Order: sequence, then structure tokens, then C-alpha cells
Amino acid sequence: MTATTKVLRKPRRTLAEQSYLLEVVKGLGVTLKHFFKGTGQLVSGNKPSPVTDPYADGCATLEYPDEKRPYAQRWRGVHRLTHRDDGSPRCVACLCCSTACPAQCIYIKPAEYPEGDKRRGYERYPEEFVIDELRCIFCGFCVEACPCDAIRMDTGVHMTAFDLRSDFVYDKDQLMSHVGQDGTQKSANTRHEPGDPTHPGITRLHGGH
Amino acid sequence: MFWIQAFVKIALIVGVLVNMAAILLWVERKQSAMMQDRIGPNRAAIEVGGVRIRAAGLVHSIADGIKMIWKEDWEPVGGDRLLYRLAPIIALVPPLCLFAVIPFAPTLHVDHLRDLYDPAWAADPNDHSIPMRITTLDVGLLYIFAVAGAGVIGAALAGWSSNNKFSLLGGLRAASQMVSYEVAMGLSLVGSFMIYQSVQPADMITWQMQHCWGIFVQPLAFVLFATAAIAETKRVPFDVPEGESEVVAGYFTEYAGLKFGMFASGELVEVCTSSALLTVVFLGGWQFPFVQNSGFEFHYLGLDISWHWAHFIVVLVGLLSFVLKVAGLIFLQLQIRWTLPRFRYDQIMMLGWRILLPAALLNVLLTGMGILFYNGLSTTGGGTP
Repeated sequence: MTATTKVLRKPRRTLAEQSYLLEVVKGLGVTLKHFFKGTGQLVSGNKPSPVTDPYADGCATLEYPDEKRPYAQRWRGVHRLTHRDDGSPRCVACLCCSTACPAQCIYIKPAEYPEGDKRRGYERYPEEFVIDELRCIFCGFCVEACPCDAIRMDTGVHMTAFDLRSDFVYDKDQLMSHVGQDGTQKSANTRHEPGDPTHPGITRLHGGH
Repeated sequence: MFWIQAFVKIALIVGVLVNMAAILLWVERKQSAMMQDRIGPNRAAIEVGGVRIRAAGLVHSIADGIKMIWKEDWEPVGGDRLLYRLAPIIALVPPLCLFAVIPFAPTLHVDHLRDLYDPAWAADPNDHSIPMRITTLDVGLLYIFAVAGAGVIGAALAGWSSNNKFSLLGGLRAASQMVSYEVAMGLSLVGSFMIYQSVQPADMITWQMQHCWGIFVQPLAFVLFATAAIAETKRVPFDVPEGESEVVAGYFTEYAGLKFGMFASGELVEVCTSSALLTVVFLGGWQFPFVQNSGFEFHYLGLDISWHWAHFIVVLVGLLSFVLKVAGLIFLQLQIRWTLPRFRYDQIMMLGWRILLPAALLNVLLTGMGILFYNGLSTTGGGTP
């Protein structure tokens, strides 16, 4: 086989393009057009909102701390611990999340409920629940692993900057103080407390298992 | 009296120019932002009684000044201390000095503020008048070429005294570029000198008032001079003396704080002065279209309108007209800076020596032929074209 050669020619330019001057004037026209459009938008104040209309023609700058682009529903933000109706954490200290965590940033110290509590014997509670947000890679595996919908990442808040590393280590109270994007500290999923007639454990116990 | 006048005028012009540098910094940022679909600077604020004044980003210029003053005044080890400190001064002072011969308004006759202009005032020895320029030199615009040339020394010294290879390369580039374009710049004005038959800015404006603006008789020279003037300011299409990927920041790589600020503001002052120069030579200086010393005069197209104004109004209109023209040219220069991509070094040299210089010579030739032709046509022969 013989090699075929393809001759590439320099792009042909007209005399007007070669002279450069005309092209300069054209370029100035383009920038002037943008300038007057931008100035008009700035002075009249009706520039397209980068939040609601991010692909509009014209100025696309988002003034970040003042304007924020809404995060997607499933965007993974800072964790929160959901509450039960009585305000205690839904977490049952099963350690699924800390086991699933690839960054090993979750520490849970499980504890038994005190004698006489209805939940004692059914579930435990986290005496300590600590997440090192600096180690966290925001993969969301903990949320996937949780059987009780106790840990969620739907706060819509991304990591705040602190001066001290120790400030990034969130304890139980801090995590429970976070609010979800829906504005509540609870979870929409139903929860059956031990002692309720609907609690599956009771059904099983009295059902002759 | 003469000295008081001179000092007041100098203080006024230097004050305006130095503040213009700060304002141009804002204009440049905001203008480029508008062109590039951005918002531009708007965060810096002065808080007065709980109200945050942002002034559309103008506060950033003040913040910049404060920043430059408080920055560490670092000096390179092994550099030439004296020359290193001298260089920013040499870079900033010549552009300021350029304004000394530029008239920015008609001569103000203090005794006749409300009268109609009379040419006899100028001849009256008892007349009190304030010429609206710092000084009148016999060499006229040649002074400008002499002083503008001194700006090269600042850049070259800065590059040499910094003890840094990149600075040295940047300084060399700046020096060779400015020297190259100085030639074309000077030659491009020769045609204008031939037509105006004077190197005095005042005479040039008078000629343009009586005939037409210089840009109409010397369009080629206008383009050549504007190009060379932009090259002299070392700003973007011609900014090879600095280039992040080649020579870092060029000759002011080693400068920090207010010394760097002097280079930066010197550049912006140069933009002002070159615009003023273009205005005087090609755009009629302080002359507003159809405004003569006596007021508005329109005697064309069969119309015969005369609208006489008091002398001080004519002076005021002249001043405003000058400011407007200069502002327009500054706007154009900034627009060019944000529109055109920068040239390569060899392209700059080629443009300077092989295009601008021959074109300037051609312009001289054509102007000479034009003047001869025009004079040959007129029966009197000789005299002003």
C-alpha cells in the first residue's frame, strides 16, 4: 500500500482580514455590544437571575453568599440525626453506619436503656455519636446502611469552615440540632415505638414465635 | 502672580491625573466586567453609620491604595538599591510631566467673563488672562517626545536593578518596544506639523478651529499615532514586557506595595496623557464642533446661525469638550485592551518597524504632495493650505 499524502493549506484570508484593522473594528463592535447590554442590565437592575435562570443570555455571575443556587433534593450535605416524637434520637446504635463508613469517621458508643424503660431489651441508644466531618468523604453510605432512617444527609448545608480542627468533630447534640431541607428534625418514615400495638416485636412475641 | 498661577495649575493637574489613575482602575475593571458578562468588583464597602457604601465597586480602588501602602516593602537581595528605588519614580513622573504643554481649555480673560469675545483682548497689555495650560514651550510637542522617551529608562532600570533574569528580560523587551514605537510615533506626527505649520499645541487647535479637525486631514496619522501610543503604554495588545508564562511580571516582577503601584498608576496616567495628546493633535483639542470664540456658529448648508455666548461659557464648554474627548479616547483605549489578544514579540517588532514606520514615512510623503498640490491650485501660491 502506498501512503497517501494530504496537503493542508493555510486558511485563506481576504485582504480585509489580512489588514487587521477592519477585524479590530469588528471585534470592538462585539465587545461594545456586550458592554452596553451589561451596563443596561446593571443600571436597570433587571439582569437574569443566575439562580432561577442560569443559562440566560447576559451576566451569569452568582453573588455567592447573597444568592445561592438551590441544591438538588438528593444532594448530600452535613449529616443530621433524626428525632423521634419524644425528641430522642431514632438511632438504635446498631453500628451499621460506622461499619459501612469507608472513611471510618463515625464513632458510636452504644448504651442500654435504663431498667424500666420500655425500649430496654429491644434496642440500644447511642451514648455518644461522633462524626469527624474532616474525615468524611460525603459518600452517603451511612445513610444507605441505616435501618432506622436515623442518620440523613439532607440538611442542604455544606461543610462550614472553622478555625480549629476540633470544631469539625460533631457530637451527638450538634448532629441532632441540624434541620433537614424540609424544615423538620424528624423523618417522614413511620416509627413504631416498643409498647405500641403496631410494634413488630410485640406482634412477634404474642404471635407465638 | 505667575508663580502662584503655575503652582495652582500644576497641583490641579497632578491631582486630577493621580486620581484619574485610581478611577481608571475602577473603569477598567468594571468595563471589562460588563464586556465579559460579569458583575465586576462590588464587594468592598465603607460602613458609615450602619450603611454599607459600595459605590458600584469604586471603593475597591481605595482598598487597593490602602493595601499597597501597608504591604511589606520587600526589596530583592543583590539588586542595585538606588536604581531599584529610582526606577518607579522615573516610570511615573514623565507621564505626569507630559501634561505640562497640553492646553485643556481656551485662555480665560478674567476681566471679561461676561463679555462677548474680542480678539483685541489678547493684544491688550493690561488684560488679566489665565492660559489654561501649565506652560508654553517653544519646542511644543517635541517636548512630549523628549519626556515620553524618558519613561523607557524607568522600565529598563527596574529590569536591570532587580537582580532577576525575568525582570531583566522584561526590561529589555520594554526598552526595545518603546524605542521602536517612539520612532513611528514621532514620524506619524510630522504630517500634522506640516499641515499646522507649527509644533505649538495652541496653534494646532487654532488651525483646527478655523479649518477642520486633524483626523479628517490626517486619518492615517491618527491610526498610526494611536497604535504607537497604545504600544508606548505597554498595555495588552502590546504587553510583551510582562507575560505570566514567559517573563512572570516582566520588569516589575520584584516590586511590591506602593512601588508596584507607581508602575501600575504610571501606566494608567500614560493612557490619560496619550488620549489628551490625540485630542489636541487630531480631535481639535478643546474645540467643540461649531463653537468658536464668540459662541455657536453654523454657517453651512445655507443656514446662518449665530448664537453668542458670554466668554466664561465658551471657556466652560471648551473645558467640558476637552474632558469629554479625552474620556472617550480613554474608553476606546480600555476597550481595545480588553478586545484584542496580545501580539507575539516578533509580531510587535514587525508591526513597529515594517508596517508603522514605512506607513508613517508614506504619510509624510503624501502630506507633502497634498500640500504642494493644494498650494499649486491656489492662485496666490504658498501660504497656509
